Amino acid sequence: MRQLLFHRATAVWLLLVGATGLSWEFGHGLGFGSDFRLATVAVIVIAFIKLRAVYVEFMELRHAPAALRWCFEGWSLIVGASLLMLYWSGS
Amino acid sequence: MAAVQPEEHIPGEVGVWVFILGDMVVFALLFGVFVFYRAADVSLFASAQLSLNQSLGALNTLLLLTSSWFVVHGVEAVRAHRAQLARGLLAAAFGCGLGFMVVKYFEYGEKLRAGHTITSNDFFMYYYLLTGIHLLHVTIGMGVLAYLWRRLHNTADMQGQLSAVESGASFWHMVDILWILLFALVYLMR
Repeated sequence: MRQLLFHRATAVWLLLVGATGLSWEFGHGLGFGSDFRLATVAVIVIAFIKLRAVYVEFMELRHAPAALRWCFEGWSLIVGASLLMLYWSGS
Repeated sequence: MAAVQPEEHIPGEVGVWVFILGDMVVFALLFGVFVFYRAADVSLFASAQLSLNQSLGALNTLLLLTSSWFVVHGVEAVRAHRAQLARGLLAAAFGCGLGFMVVKYFEYGEKLRAGHTITSNDFFMYYYLLTGIHLLHVTIGMGVLAYLWRRLHNTADMQGQLSAVESGASFWHMVDILWILLFALVYLMR
């Protein structure tokens, strides 16, 4: 049991849960001054930090060949930037 | 004793990674379409979003994150040739998936009773479409977990099971990744 709990994956899980709580707050009024759009930008950025933690740590891409890892990093960068631009264009 | 990891290692079958990346591209396009149409009618999307239950969305995020934690340890248990522990961990992950489905059942019920159906407006069309396709992935992932659980009954060749377990685990983590983004865009985006 100790082996299971005192593990790198547990630290990542705690980080992910904390980040979920933070993004929940940003979705409920927490923000940067009067511009609520910045709170949504924070929600999107936190989502990408979270999903990156999942593929680097849980999916073990930390130990994968660079080409595979870069497929995921590229996906994150392109999708993240596109979503932020699309969001900003409408607000 | 965990098996020594080589410096570079692709977990599972290469073909599974091709499938995962393909799936992630399809979801990226769907997410892009959602945010594009939201940008064209922000007031409709924002007001319809108010009827979503964000607490249930957050609860489902926690369930999938926890299931991923179980799966990570399940893979490690297979590497350490501990079949019973691995089966227990995969069963726990399956239980989290089941919890996700129960939450979704109540969530959909709540929406339908309030009169929000797939034809109500564009927001709800995308809501049902995106969460529905994702739920299908959860279902497939749970099928994979159940299959691996059954397979691990044969404890004679644990090393031979590893590739299948790693493949299934990678698919399950992808389901988690897609939900993280879906929750941010559909539930939390203001």
